[in-house]
Amino acid sequence: MKYSYYPGCTLRTKAKKLDDYARASAKALGFELEELEDWQCCGGVYPLSSDEIGSKLSSVRALNEAKVKGQELVTLCSACHHVIKRVNDDMKNVEDIRTRANNYLKLDEPYLGETEVLHFLEVLRDKVGFDEIKKKVVNPLTGRKIGAYYGCLLLRPSDIIAFDNPENPTIIEDFIRALGAEPVVYPYRNECCGGYISLKDNDLSKKMCNTVMDSAKGFEAEMLVTACPLCQYNLTKNTAGGVPVIYFTEILAEALGVKEEVDA
Amino acid sequence: MEASKKRQSEMVQEISGTNPLKCMKCGKCSASCPAYEKMDIKPHQFVSYVINEDVEALAKCDSLWVCLSCFACVERCPRDVKPGKIVDAARQLAVRQKGGSYLVPDEIPALVDEDLPQQLLVSAFRKFRR
Repeated sequence: MKYSYYPGCTLRTKAKKLDDYARASAKALGFELEELEDWQCCGGVYPLSSDEIGSKLSSVRALNEAKVKGQELVTLCSACHHVIKRVNDDMKNVEDIRTRANNYLKLDEPYLGETEVLHFLEVLRDKVGFDEIKKKVVNPLTGRKIGAYYGCLLLRPSDIIAFDNPENPTIIEDFIRALGAEPVVYPYRNECCGGYISLKDNDLSKKMCNTVMDSAKGFEAEMLVTACPLCQYNLTKNTAGGVPVIYFTEILAEALGVKEEVDA
Repeated sequence: MEASKKRQSEMVQEISGTNPLKCMKCGKCSASCPAYEKMDIKPHQFVSYVINEDVEALAKCDSLWVCLSCFACVERCPRDVKPGKIVDAARQLAVRQKGGSYLVPDEIPALVDEDLPQQLLVSAFRKFRR
């Protein structure tokens, strides 16, 4: 199976490993990520205002490129996924945004939200299947206690993102279990890390990150996994440490036996 | 140049696509907010300020910059009022005015470190200025 793939700005730079481990794992699992030829930065946060059109266009271009290729569009970074999925919903359901964006872009054929947007984790769950992944694990992570950190972007607003139950998600726990490790469920796994506020009000991000980290430590997590480079940065920089925070694709690559070739 | 108080309130409702009159003041939004303590005007109060046509107060409060649009309030509101979208609309009215930015590029070099992801900067630019 071949998917269109949108890596996003950070996966080309500071979060390169998130991307490398995903590509190697996809290959091991038998699906292909074909990077869009001409993607542009999603902007990091979804422009909430109903009258903001220009800042939504980079997402529409990516969505349309996937549509022209007749492929589903896979994302990996939580922020890119959030922005592109919400813009796609606008193009499908919000007439004013759809009309104005199409009038500006003048594509060969109007884009009406046709592309299916899938997060890499959704491909693992819904296309490959966690049972299949379990069969392909060569280095089971037996005995490891790993907590999922969802944050906000993958879950809310749940009526549009439609990723999992926003208050009691299970997809990453099921993923961890498929790799042979023990998922650690802790209450603050779906609370915000502070995002970009760490630039201007670092104390606030510290407080939010420590709340998450204390919750995870209280439930004896030895490690946290996330899909978001900014969560990974904040939870690492703005806490006392002790519990490493890594990308979920790293434990996937490790379990599938392809981590060494990426690290080499 | 500022629009009338009534028009400013209407603009917040248009930009956010919300109806503050649906609020029953249960306070669940503020109880859910992870930035609550740093907010001078709380999420549930934003709704009242819009109803009372006092958007001017909202457009200069500190809460605009500590709300991270994490959408905990939006997800948990039992009346679908979407307080987080109201906060963001007030922020838009602030940054759309000259001099309304909360971040200027010259500040950046002193604030970054080697590991800081690009995602943080593009997000901050989108939220803190126009």
